[in-house]
Amino acid sequence: MKFVLLISSAPQSPATRRALRFAEALLESGHRLERVFFYQEAVHIASKLLVYPQDEPNIAQQWQAFIQQHQLDAVVCIAAALRRGVVDEGEAQRYQLQASNLAQGYALSGLGQLHEAVQQADRLVHFRGQA
Amino acid sequence: MSVSVLLISRSSPWSGLAAREALDIALSGGAFDLPMSMLWLDEGVWQLVGEQQPQQLEQKNLPAQLSALPMFGIEKLYVAQHSLEQRGLTEADLMLEVSVVDAGQIAQLIEQHQQVLSL
Repeated sequence: MKFVLLISSAPQSPATRRALRFAEALLESGHRLERVFFYQEAVHIASKLLVYPQDEPNIAQQWQAFIQQHQLDAVVCIAAALRRGVVDEGEAQRYQLQASNLAQGYALSGLGQLHEAVQQADRLVHFRGQA
Repeated sequence: MSVSVLLISRSSPWSGLAAREALDIALSGGAFDLPMSMLWLDEGVWQLVGEQQPQQLEQKNLPAQLSALPMFGIEKLYVAQHSLEQRGLTEADLMLEVSVVDAGQIAQLIEQHQQVLSL
């Protein structure tokens, strides 16, 4: 079955960890994960500047490793990301910012990528956490 | 045939970005001519109340942006009756033409749409 995940929970939210475990289980069960779309507070998961205490699991790093290992299509909503300070090199140049922080494996793009994925998915699963 | 999407907006208009970002999903879906419907539930019903003064909060006028929905082809708009009643609101308080639906009708809406998003 073709799955699309929409994640809108903050990195610290339990929903972010559950989403990753769910995604792992999907692939283990032989399903396809067509796209993971990061929206709202979830754009922070794609920041490479998150630092966790050593005795706490680094869920953002786990997400990135999972995405890279399986070559997943991981899209971060560009509008949601820019207003929260998550930028790639291109946007950093465009807005003359001093740095970029989008982790490797993610791509900034528009909400059209969410709609396109929803149109093609057998199942859309949303992890939202607490607003 | 496009997949129909029901977007449920449950966040109050001025408590953060959630209401605005739910609307962005609807408007972008409309721009792609996708069959989208919208349901306001829980605190989300406050988005529809007229005579708000967002300039006092230095915010964009969300209700005005909501009124753009029909122009984007999103004309199936619903509001939960129980959410209005719980907040002492009636249809007369709303600035947008929406259908008031009860719990049974909400269940039908969720059933009828192929995908449901709740923000």
